[in-house]
Amino acid sequence: MTEVDISWPWQYSFPPFFTLQPHPETRSKQVAAWKTLILDYCRQTKTYSLDVREANQWPLFSNSAINRKLDSNVIISILSELAKNGNAAALDKAKNRWEIYWHTLEEWASMIYGYICESGLQNSVITFFELSNGTDVEGQEFFGIQTEVLIKVLRVLENDRKCELILADDMQGVKFF
Amino acid sequence: MNRIKENVRLYDGDQKTSFEGGELIITSHRILWGRPGAIPTGQTCLALNLSLVVYIEEESPSAFSFSKSRKIVLFLSESLNEQSNGPQYTSYYNFIKLSFRDGYQHNVIDTLNHALQQKAWENRQPKRQVEPSGVKALPTIKLRTGIVGIERTLQEKQKAADESISVAFQDLSKLMTMAKDMVKLSQTISTKIKEKQGDITDDDTVKFKSYLLSLGIDDPVTRDSYKSNTQYYRGLAREICTALRDPIEKMGGMMGMTDVFCRVNRARGLELLSPEDTLNACKAMETLDLPLKLYQFNSGVMVLQLKSLDDDTASDVTAQLIKDKESLTCEELGKHLGVSIVLAKERLLSAERVGKCCRDDSIEGLRFYPNLFLID
Repeated sequence: MTEVDISWPWQYSFPPFFTLQPHPETRSKQVAAWKTLILDYCRQTKTYSLDVREANQWPLFSNSAINRKLDSNVIISILSELAKNGNAAALDKAKNRWEIYWHTLEEWASMIYGYICESGLQNSVITFFELSNGTDVEGQEFFGIQTEVLIKVLRVLENDRKCELILADDMQGVKFF
Repeated sequence: MNRIKENVRLYDGDQKTSFEGGELIITSHRILWGRPGAIPTGQTCLALNLSLVVYIEEESPSAFSFSKSRKIVLFLSESLNEQSNGPQYTSYYNFIKLSFRDGYQHNVIDTLNHALQQKAWENRQPKRQVEPSGVKALPTIKLRTGIVGIERTLQEKQKAADESISVAFQDLSKLMTMAKDMVKLSQTISTKIKEKQGDITDDDTVKFKSYLLSLGIDDPVTRDSYKSNTQYYRGLAREICTALRDPIEKMGGMMGMTDVFCRVNRARGLELLSPEDTLNACKAMETLDLPLKLYQFNSGVMVLQLKSLDDDTASDVTAQLIKDKESLTCEELGKHLGVSIVLAKERLLSAERVGKCCRDDSIEGLRFYPNLFLID
């Protein structure tokens, strides 16, 4: 993890934030705050995936200043809440490994397609690396996007018949229409 | 006095002897053993002076023995006079056993014990021995040392303890009857004082009344004075209300049932209430339009609380307290309100249930904070 200055919300230093609240109304507020915090944190640290077993050590889920940690089960339930809005997806059945989409896949897709149209790259083939790490895309929101996530985004576009994935062994790329 | 038992075998310590199948006679002074028919006809027989017996014991039959033979163990002291006309010159043991092949009734042990306690041989001694004046009798050897001695002391101690306990309880029952009279007496005195108000200064009356009050409730409601249970409980309910209203108000409007039970019984002093009666009385309060009522938390904990106190106001008070102190644990709230931890926890939980506070459950324990989630 790269150290990034995160502007923590007030809840982060409020000990009850790290205990799942039994009162329904309180709990929904609490979970909402967690969802926002997780997405903000991942956006700022450019985190595309996490493993709960490892992530519960991250500053995101453990505030050493007040010596509080969010329980792994609670993390999983909050991530599941995120998944309902398309902001996260579990990668295994045990729900330990997650991809986090601080933009939903659809948002990413329209963003990328918008860039392609702007740069007039329709009908040309671009490698995944060029699309995610190329010098041309520097400064774009999707710069540095993880390849696994990128493929999922492009699948969305493919469904809309806006591109076609080329998954040959030696060259992995995409052709936009 | 004489008891004849047949088919008795003698043991020297743990070892069988050749003296078997004989008759046994217990007298106030001796135990006699002879071959069948030997004693009545005055033939030679064996005798053991009871004065030599220190302690007797019934040998519990071992789990493996199927015979109905029962044994009595006689622990003996050393013979003082060295005459050795006994069946054996020396013995390694300090006990002998009497084995009853055909079993026996319990009265053998009783008879032996009785003879040992009577000490008939001692009564005669002074007549026989004329002691020269000034010379004290040899101190009788009280106990043998060793296990026998210890066992005997233990037995004596137990007996003494038994006696003192029964004496103590006699005193207690006396006290109970006396105390009833005392209460009656104090009642008549107080009524007399009321009548003769003129003779005694107000100060004295007040003083005396406060003495009576510190004794507790001066006229406790008892079951005898009511015809039915419901009436009894109603009477009790009124009594509990008058007695506990002030303390409950001081404690923030709530009191756990254990405290109620203890306080009521402390105030009554005598005529103690059972927990059931207390509970039933508290249940009866609802119908009587009294200032207190029984309240049950979701967890099942029951409290007596002011009728004016409902859930909302109670949790408002709790929330305000948490706000003032920033955060509270059950212990801290309990200390602050002077209530038990169980009760404090219930109050915090009920405040949480309506969203007035939120919890922080960590290894440091359960702590409650103002509900900033909802305020924000």
